[in-house]
Amino acid sequence: MIEGMTGVIAIYVFMLSAVAGYEVISRVPVILHTPLMSGSNFVHGIVVVGAMAALGMAQTPLEQALGFLAVLLGAGNAVGGYVVTERMLEMFKTSDKDKKQGAK
Amino acid sequence: MTLVIQFSYFAAALLFILGLKAMASPLTARKGIIWAGVGMVIATVATFFEPVIVGTTNYVLILLAIAIGGAFAYVTAKKVAMTDMPQMVAIYNGLGGGSAGLIAAVSLAKAQRELHTVAQDEAAAVAASHNLPMDAALRLVDAGSIGAWMGIDVAILALLGAVIGTVAFSGSVIAWAKLDGRMKRNKLVSGHQWVNIALAIATVLLGIWVFFAGTGWPIFLFFVAAFLVGIFVTTPIGGADMPVVISLLNALTGLAVGFKGYVLGNPALIIAGIVVGAAGMLLTHLMAKAMNRPITNVLFSGFGASPDAGGEGPEGEMKEVGPDDAAYMMGFAEKVIIVPGYGMAVAQAQHKVWEMVELLEEQGVEVKFAIHPVAGRMPGHMNVLLAEAGVPYDKIFDMEEINAEFASTDVVLIIGANDVVNPAAKTDESSPIYGMPILDVDEADNVLVVKRGRGAGFSGVENHLFFDEKTRMVFGDAQKVVNGMIQTVKTM
Repeated sequence: MIEGMTGVIAIYVFMLSAVAGYEVISRVPVILHTPLMSGSNFVHGIVVVGAMAALGMAQTPLEQALGFLAVLLGAGNAVGGYVVTERMLEMFKTSDKDKKQGAK
Repeated sequence: MTLVIQFSYFAAALLFILGLKAMASPLTARKGIIWAGVGMVIATVATFFEPVIVGTTNYVLILLAIAIGGAFAYVTAKKVAMTDMPQMVAIYNGLGGGSAGLIAAVSLAKAQRELHTVAQDEAAAVAASHNLPMDAALRLVDAGSIGAWMGIDVAILALLGAVIGTVAFSGSVIAWAKLDGRMKRNKLVSGHQWVNIALAIATVLLGIWVFFAGTGWPIFLFFVAAFLVGIFVTTPIGGADMPVVISLLNALTGLAVGFKGYVLGNPALIIAGIVVGAAGMLLTHLMAKAMNRPITNVLFSGFGASPDAGGEGPEGEMKEVGPDDAAYMMGFAEKVIIVPGYGMAVAQAQHKVWEMVELLEEQGVEVKFAIHPVAGRMPGHMNVLLAEAGVPYDKIFDMEEINAEFASTDVVLIIGANDVVNPAAKTDESSPIYGMPILDVDEADNVLVVKRGRGAGFSGVENHLFFDEKTRMVFGDAQKVVNGMIQTVKTM
């Protein structure tokens, strides 16, 4: 499968990642559900890295066209996901922090 | 160099997990997204030095695609209004799914091409040694299958990732179109359920065909079928179920990305993808639970699909008051809880509401916001809208935190919310919303309801609370009504 990664290790990585994902979300207040959904949406924008590798390996025009689209969409996922998440999180502030730094 | 690249991926995966963890608390949330952003940049830059990337053309294409895709997403993401966030989250998610699907397409096309080359070489050898014409020799050669060529495990993961990614792509596009009001229909053909099943079976069969095939056609048909599955499954879903579906599609994209990580041998993709997949599955489950609807109900029966809501007609009549009377009630109260709903969001009244709350607080009134888990269009969407207006998050309370407080509250102001405060969910077993947890607004001394008209709510169920003795209705657009209230409070 993966060079240097046996099947058993691959399953370990899968399991540990799944547990990490579960733990990260399990105690989230509802007020952060949408930003967090958007944030995790940004994180899977890492797909752009895979798309870059796929396009990098492409040898025929067909493969290059598919790879080009893959990178384009992946980059859109990453950049768009980051900007909307950032914009949403920008808005959270406490009332006892009344220093009004750039208050809206 | 390989070691440096591998370490960069490790650092990126670590930053993603820490970033998501930080995003789970309002105090550290902003730091979280920045960490994750740094991780993304590190991983992307490292990938440029990957030995698998060959050829100047490919480098140029990569840079060009990143520039175009990134710039387009940046501009649209900066422009979008806060109320339109849910559909933007949906569409960016769809892009990720599409990317994962296309990566699979590239690897399958590559495997198919390599098989073809091998077959050609073998046939040429046979033709030479047996003095046969080339096409006859080709028939003698066993071309082999994509499954065997890629390796069984990699091929299966590539195919799974392809289906999941493609479904997430087309499903997200439909979700975006629906939330954006560009698509209204809930039905494409009659017998939708059967078409879905047929398409799902077709996709699986085509996937198996691809696995054992050595030619290109099955691959193309396989992607078409997966694309259609996404469209047909998402189309019947509407309204309050939409966020659950977006969350599910988000989780699916994560999973597809994780599978692509196994195919490409990239641990950053595996870890980030699976973390998001698991987190998204849990988030989906939490949302479905908040509405007391099993996820299967969400997927296989639309909320809007049951046109006639049960429950007997309401008794009594609605008592209407003007914004000024309502403002007096709140101004002389000790404690007010505001329940915002989608109606407030549509009217863009959140800024006005916060202005009014600040005025009320100057009068010595204690004001809190109560948010139902499915208020707005996505869990937490209402919080974002309130935060946009400047409401500090420590004035905003979840249903579970605040439900006990309604009994000791003088006035509850409901703005554009209906189903989430409908007592029928607790008392009327025939109601379609029966069992859904609600805000216990009916336990407060007085209830004010700002509403555009006398119609029923999203689910089509009449709300008996609106006909109750202690309830007063303030009809009108939320923005205008609240503005009227502000003028009155100012004079107090």
